[in-house]
Amino acid sequence: MVDVQGVHKRFGRLEVLRGIDLEVHRGEVMVILGPSGSGKSTLLRCINHLEKIDAGRISVDGNLVGYRQVGSRNYELKEKEVAQRRAEVGMVFQRFNLFPHMTALGNIIEAPVRVRGASRAEATKRGLVLLERVGLEEKAGAYPSQLSGGQQQRVAIARALAMDPKLMLFDEPTSALDPELVGDVLDVMRALSGEGMTMMVVTHEMGFAREVADQVVFMDGGVIVERGRPAEVIGAPREARTKAFLSKVL
Amino acid sequence: MAAAVLLGLLALLIRLIVNSRFADFAVVRHYLFNRSILVGLRNTLVISVLAQMVGITLGVTLSVMRLSKNPVLSVTSWLYIWFFRGTPVLVQLLFWFNAVPQVFKTFAVSVPFTHIVLYQKPMVLFMTSFMAALLGLGLNEGAYMAEIVRAAIISVDEGQTEAAQALGMRSGLIMRRVVLPQAMRVIIPPTGNEFISMLKTSSLASVVLYGELLRRASDIYSTNLRVVELLLDASIWYLVLTSIATIGQYYLERRFARGASRELPLTPLQRIRRNLVPGRPWFRVLR
Repeated sequence: MVDVQGVHKRFGRLEVLRGIDLEVHRGEVMVILGPSGSGKSTLLRCINHLEKIDAGRISVDGNLVGYRQVGSRNYELKEKEVAQRRAEVGMVFQRFNLFPHMTALGNIIEAPVRVRGASRAEATKRGLVLLERVGLEEKAGAYPSQLSGGQQQRVAIARALAMDPKLMLFDEPTSALDPELVGDVLDVMRALSGEGMTMMVVTHEMGFAREVADQVVFMDGGVIVERGRPAEVIGAPREARTKAFLSKVL
Repeated sequence: MAAAVLLGLLALLIRLIVNSRFADFAVVRHYLFNRSILVGLRNTLVISVLAQMVGITLGVTLSVMRLSKNPVLSVTSWLYIWFFRGTPVLVQLLFWFNAVPQVFKTFAVSVPFTHIVLYQKPMVLFMTSFMAALLGLGLNEGAYMAEIVRAAIISVDEGQTEAAQALGMRSGLIMRRVVLPQAMRVIIPPTGNEFISMLKTSSLASVVLYGELLRRASDIYSTNLRVVELLLDASIWYLVLTSIATIGQYYLERRFARGASRELPLTPLQRIRRNLVPGRPWFRVLR
């Protein structure tokens, strides 16, 4: 489903990704661990073409992300084509980024109606089902400022799901939440993986990683240091850097 | 103590004004509702509202152009703002009314690259006082509005754009549905100020013979020589207009604060009502 090969990304003189290779199969959950500044969020953003890559290639479901290959050269896609591909990949942000001037339901139906051209009635019906799935059916008419952080993040997940994505990207979805609200969000994510959604999750929630992940990747300094099954990487790390990191977060 | 001194000075000032008999208040009252003055009042309102609308439309367009990645668009917008902010609006008004008809003899709208003419008129007939006033005031206002809208767009969190992009929305849609509605909250207060300022600046249109309030007042005093009285009449009406606009601005700001704070403050009217009717429960306005 996701194929990342030799990806490099630099911000000015700072090289944040220095040759990343990874593969996520359909229905798999990959958890990416790493200290802050290790490039894990940047990697996730590259997969949605929110950041342009400087070298390498990323493809999602067989389509090159952000570029078109003609002969041996890559050309950046037009905005319209980039947008079409993005619509197939859901993304959940650390700071929720709900639209504050729309209700919870309004946030969810916005893209289906405006991007996919769904009818308002149809999108609303679907939106209410999604709200129920994240346990917030009674909050359809609430504005984001009237919701707790955990509720906002669950609406954000429902908003991403409304586009029927093939892949969901989670960028530290629980890092901005009060500890007692983390559980509800993780429950929704756990249920999602149970339904067979392909997911890439940047998180510091070790319990979630151990329980839900099929693959765990540990990144540091823009490279993948260690990878494997959760029991291997978290349970019995081989690399010194992984051990040092885990001893701090566990 | 300071307040007492101030009040004393104020009383002194009022006595001075009344005793000096510098204006005949019977005349002031007589001309306040004079037909010609009232038509001027209407024209002031009409030209201010229309010019402000031209300004807002231009301002939104120019600010989006200015923030565009395309250098042709952003440089064009920069040049426009540079020119129209950099020259006095009085000069611009005179330019439209006096200079343009001298340079261009006819005004015509035609289909580009063909000879099909949709509309044609001699420029002197097209560039009426009204048209010159509207163009002069509106195009100038566009430059100021552009800067206001640009600042407001920049103030919207980058994460909003990213979230919309991640949903597959394209830049035009993101601007219209996500960024501009949030920028409105930042745009409204300075736009209110701009409109209040426009109500007064519209008096400059008197130089292109547009029959707004000041023009009408000065036409009257140039024949009856009641200069002070008629200028007072004009001032009174300007104060009335700006006062109404100030109140309107307050309610507009309140409306656009939705979603930003959970509870809105009471309006002055609600506050008065609360104080007048004791025992009445707090009248809370949520959302």
